[in-house]
Amino acid sequence: MRQFLRDSGHLVRPAVVLIVGIAAFLLIRTALIPKAFGQYGHYDAAALDRIRQHPVSFAGQDACVMCHDDQAKARAAGKHAHVSCEACHGPQAAHANADDPSAHKPALPDVANLCRRCHEKDAAKPKDFPQVVTAEHSGGALCTACHQPHNPHL
Amino acid sequence: MELSRRDLFAAGGKLLILASVGATLEQITGAAPPSEAYNVAEHWWGMLVDIDKCIGCGNCVRACSKENQVPQGYFRTWVERYQVGEDQQPHVDSPNGDIDGFPADTRTDVKSFFVPKLCNQCAESPCVQVCPVGATFVSPDGVVLVDMDYCLGCRYCIQACPYGCRYLHPETNTADKCTLCYHRITQGLTTACCEACPTGARQLVDFKNPKDPVHEYMRNNKVQILKPYMATGAKVYYKDLDGSVR
Repeated sequence: MRQFLRDSGHLVRPAVVLIVGIAAFLLIRTALIPKAFGQYGHYDAAALDRIRQHPVSFAGQDACVMCHDDQAKARAAGKHAHVSCEACHGPQAAHANADDPSAHKPALPDVANLCRRCHEKDAAKPKDFPQVVTAEHSGGALCTACHQPHNPHL
Repeated sequence: MELSRRDLFAAGGKLLILASVGATLEQITGAAPPSEAYNVAEHWWGMLVDIDKCIGCGNCVRACSKENQVPQGYFRTWVERYQVGEDQQPHVDSPNGDIDGFPADTRTDVKSFFVPKLCNQCAESPCVQVCPVGATFVSPDGVVLVDMDYCLGCRYCIQACPYGCRYLHPETNTADKCTLCYHRITQGLTTACCEACPTGARQLVDFKNPKDPVHEYMRNNKVQILKPYMATGAKVYYKDLDGSVR
């Protein structure tokens, strides 16, 4: 046995080098690969949380009606009942989430272009959707001269 | 210091065992803590698009652009206008992705309609299959996402997407795409495009939520996915989709 160990001494050195190499590989690999990599699949599961950190711009319907009860009621009674506030008023998270919402007062929508975007006549629009050729319909007057935008009957 | 071969061998062995145990432990215990109140296993997101409700106003495109700071000239969602003659050969236009609306066209000699497009959130996504580094993936709740930290910008996924839904972000030089507003839907909000859609043509749906109206919708309506022959497992279902839509 002793004779065998002495004779095979030249094998021990490369074996040690190999083992140290494997250990170094495993250590470096452990240090470099993100902890959550492979939790769900071949990707870093922590990316899900990173993507979730993106800030919200549209506050959502519920946030608007929390304060703007009057407008919500007017809208609910008319044809725009299912149009969310931010569809016309734009993203309002900065306004809704501010400590003092009045300091982030939203600008009023540009009526001259706003209504037209939905209601200008186009053959591709659903036939039952209310459409007008604005140039003929109002003769240049703003839509709000006749229609109340939250409940747009005449 | 006198170090015998035996000592060196023993030390090397111990180091190897420690390293492998350490690596395994890291894998088990080092996983990110579950996000509060949102369980990825309880959701499977998709979208319904009702072609017959879309008026091509471009609200979804503008909302997406603002919510996600999409660079100018690039689109995570866009609206196409199809004008199809009797030969079923469509003429498709989408000026600037419909971000400024369509020029009015009232011609009635063709069948015309709008088709909102976005990432189809494929369950068997070709874009995920080609990614060489695990930067793009289908999340456990069914959303195809890009990990900006891992993406090399090789553009394989952009070529692989049969729907043309990806682009290379000009500033980060990484692949970018619709995230189905992952930052919103994981906190109980709907996507920016659905929030801004005035006609309800788009509807965010959760197939794993038994209370989601999608189940009744799927029972009562004829729906179709885009390019079903690609077997992508798309989860954006179109109602009243014309056969000419590509």
